[in-house]
Amino acid sequence: MSKLDSQTPGGPIESMWDDHKFHMKLVNPANKRKHNIIVVGTGLAGASAAAALGEMGYNVKAFCVHESPRRAHSVAAQGGINAAKNYKNDGDSVNRLFYDTIKGGDFRAREANVYRLAQVSANIIDHCVAQGVPLAREYGGLLSNRSFGGAQVSRTFYARGQTGQQLLIGAYQAMMRQVDKKQVTLFTRREMLDLVLVNGQAKGIVVRNLLTGAIESYEADAVVMATGGYSNVFFLSTNAMACAVTAAWKAHKRGAFFANPCYTQIHPTCIPVAGDMQSKLTLMSESLRNDGRVWVPKMQGDKRHPSQIPENERDYYLERVYPSFGNLAPRDVSSRQAKYRVDEGRGVGPSGVAVYLDFKDAINRLGKAAISEKYGNLFEMYEKITGENPYEMPMRIYPAPHYTMGGLWVDYNLMSTIPGLFVLGEANFSDHGANRLGASALMQGLADGYFVIPYTIGNYLANHKTEKISTTHDSFKEAENRAKSEISKLMAVKGSRTVDSFHKELGRIMWEYCGMSRNKDGLAKALQQIPKLKEQFWNDVKVPGDANYVNPELEKAGRVADFLELGELMCHDALERQESCGGHFRDEFQTPDGEAKRDDENFCHVAAWEWNGEGKKQTRHKEELKFENIKLAQRSYK
Amino acid sequence: MGGSNGKNINLKLKVWRQKSGKEAGHFAEYDAVGVSTDASFLEMLDQVNEKLVAKGEEPIAFDHDCREGICGTCGFVINGNAHGPMKGTTVCQLHMRKFNNGETITIEPWRAKAFPVIKDLMVDRTAFDRIISSGGFISVDTGNAQDANCLPIPKPDADAAFSAAECIGCGACVASCKNASASLFVAAKVSHLSHLPQGQVERKERVERMVAQMEAEGFGSCTVTGACSAACPKGISLTNIARMNSELLCSALTKKEGVAGDGI
Ligand SMILES: Cc1cc2nc3c(=O)[nH]c(=O)nc-3n(C[C@H](O)[C@H](O)[C@H](O)COP(=O)(O)OP(=O)(O)OC[C@H]3O[C@@H](n4cnc5c(N)ncnc54)[C@H](O)[C@@H]3O)c2cc1C
Ligand code: FES
Repeated sequence: MSKLDSQTPGGPIESMWDDHKFHMKLVNPANKRKHNIIVVGTGLAGASAAAALGEMGYNVKAFCVHESPRRAHSVAAQGGINAAKNYKNDGDSVNRLFYDTIKGGDFRAREANVYRLAQVSANIIDHCVAQGVPLAREYGGLLSNRSFGGAQVSRTFYARGQTGQQLLIGAYQAMMRQVDKKQVTLFTRREMLDLVLVNGQAKGIVVRNLLTGAIESYEADAVVMATGGYSNVFFLSTNAMACAVTAAWKAHKRGAFFANPCYTQIHPTCIPVAGDMQSKLTLMSESLRNDGRVWVPKMQGDKRHPSQIPENERDYYLERVYPSFGNLAPRDVSSRQAKYRVDEGRGVGPSGVAVYLDFKDAINRLGKAAISEKYGNLFEMYEKITGENPYEMPMRIYPAPHYTMGGLWVDYNLMSTIPGLFVLGEANFSDHGANRLGASALMQGLADGYFVIPYTIGNYLANHKTEKISTTHDSFKEAENRAKSEISKLMAVKGSRTVDSFHKELGRIMWEYCGMSRNKDGLAKALQQIPKLKEQFWNDVKVPGDANYVNPELEKAGRVADFLELGELMCHDALERQESCGGHFRDEFQTPDGEAKRDDENFCHVAAWEWNGEGKKQTRHKEELKFENIKLAQRSYK
Repeated sequence: MGGSNGKNINLKLKVWRQKSGKEAGHFAEYDAVGVSTDASFLEMLDQVNEKLVAKGEEPIAFDHDCREGICGTCGFVINGNAHGPMKGTTVCQLHMRKFNNGETITIEPWRAKAFPVIKDLMVDRTAFDRIISSGGFISVDTGNAQDANCLPIPKPDADAAFSAAECIGCGACVASCKNASASLFVAAKVSHLSHLPQGQVERKERVERMVAQMEAEGFGSCTVTGACSAACPKGISLTNIARMNSELLCSALTKKEGVAGDGI
């Protein structure tokens, strides 16, 4: 028997969420005041949750590793946010967004969650506009839309190339308003290092104060985690430097199952790696594929300048292979196609590990000014990084790790396998299946924070007797001691290698064997190499300075220690999933034309891993997925 | 992944080192050898830090996160310029191809009373959060909103609001102002919200509270030299300060007369 109960309420999917909201218990206003809620992470998901819960009257304590909530990685999202508004009258609807998301996720997401996401998507836009988020507008004063991959309608709302920034600032301001009202207390530069359970329920957290090094405890009646994704396991990714799995991993070790860790998204349009000292990769928004055309030379090893390659010697391979979606094919598909071209020896640029994204036709059609209005800041960023002008020379792009669909397992109420621990945003596994569509992460984070958790957390609090626990309780002391002893252990190694050198080595293993394509032999190799690297890390890492003040090397060391363990689990998960689906592509399982070949008979399930203690193999649990509203089908974008 | 267009250069760095806010700081000199011109400024510092760590010394502490010029976390003064020599660019987006082989580069933290040094190049900018929490928002609770297109906003207004809203809160404006004023930061928010119909109801209270908080935090006053806007990586315009001042004046005038009008 599976231990996983998705708590999906049942009944027709169209009215499921409304019915569920009606049947959930409420907490009366006087009692809300008595409840403390901890929110860890103040990106889009966390800040929106903290704001909404504060508005409702709960006492919220909000934590982040950043100096200010406005710095969260959500700020970097460029392209846009989806919503089923059908403002374009192009046939969009809740049903269509639901369908596109399920199909985009290659039929590996839970129908009920995705339907709800599509339903609340429209409310998000309304709310953000009311907050003053300056979304792009047409001359008539109404909101503007653009298209994104994996959809044939225009449902993406945007704010030039800074959609994440504007939405985050909106959520941040809403949260700061609650700080002003003393409903939310903000704890910045705090890193969650453990989750505290009392009688099996989440009751608090232990954090390291990154300024003083002090280990601090905080209690609550429920804990909400919105700590983002784990793409930095690859070292080089489009994620910000502080993005880490640490909070989620520590919760995993306390009993929260980790679902589908091998589902990672490799984004097709990033600026290629330029050298050994590269610290991160920069995304060029998917929105560019609205007007940019992707191509490589037809001839292998063609080193001519792109302007010297005539039209009939170019292979616009996405348009060729996917005539109906063309350059807007979904991310997993587009990334793999880029890899095939490079593997064929038709890659471009000094390294040969890149393809072109060309705006020449769009500039001819629309004019330079129109292109600059739409993408000016992205073009500028490209030029700053590469020293090349994309108005004159096609961009060179290549896929890079970008987003993680896997994460802590949650039920329909967004509660993990630990009662009282809720997980939102990229940190959970819920809505994107094996591949996320562009502009859907911002939507999901804000749906979770503004429109789902405010209801479901009330139901939990009303149904559970919540005894007040003080931070002097033994469970807090134990967690503090665990955190302190891990830090002492790291400081005591005094080895010879820097933290980054280990992180880079892990990244290379993951990219090679658990990246854009995977196979049995490669994964087996990775599973030999990672434990060895982990052992070396604990014997030879060098962390200078002391633990009792600002020590960035120590912070990084703790995060890399957790990435080493996660990396191993990702490889196990990839090995056990003997099918290809979405971003998880196993060389052994492909259709004759190189597309992902699912095995619905044996793998139409979520794999959720249970921690069994240090050095023990984790247990793989299954949540079977049922498709009752959308027929399981081979995905096609041709 | 792999490939490069660049060459390598050698540099001398003079870097401000300060163990904590309580201790005195000093400049220390380091050689940055074999730096790729394709590297960003922060990657150059990473490289120096890797060598320091390998020698068992503490690396140079600096704040950073997105390395894409959008989160506003990075920022320090390079050769006397906030965020360095390139206009409209944060230090994380500044690339070494802008420097010459053999050059000496001086690096120091933002200097302002309201931004105390935490360590080396890191400063405490939480004053900005406190300014936002004293009115830098529109008071709307979740779940109340009407359909977004019920509120058309003329594109020029929306664009003006957007341009002000682009502020990344990095603090370069304060660091480059001889009075260490935060006027450009505050004005950007006041202006963003006051350009929008949603922001009208609270506009007077907003500007008054935010400006009062700015003063309480110990930022200096604005003498309109424009150094802030010149240093701003997002090019936030000085006209926002004019707008803030007129909002403030309007608020003061209407208050004196006890009129609940909505403009001068
Ligand atoms: C370059 C880029 C562009 C993107 N563009 C788009 C787009 O156009 N559209 C779209 O839909 N999606 C986009 N995405 C994806 C999307 O931005 C993210 O998935 C989403 O913003 C994640 O939000 P979040 O709130 O879950 O996490 P984050 O914004 O990552 O926030 C995590 C929070 O947790 C805190 N935290 C983490 N660990 C700890 C800890 N141990 N203790 C305390 N606090 C902790 C952090 O301080 C932070 O506040 C993009 C992603 C990238 C990388
Ligand atoms: S690190 Fe984000 S703006 Fe420079």
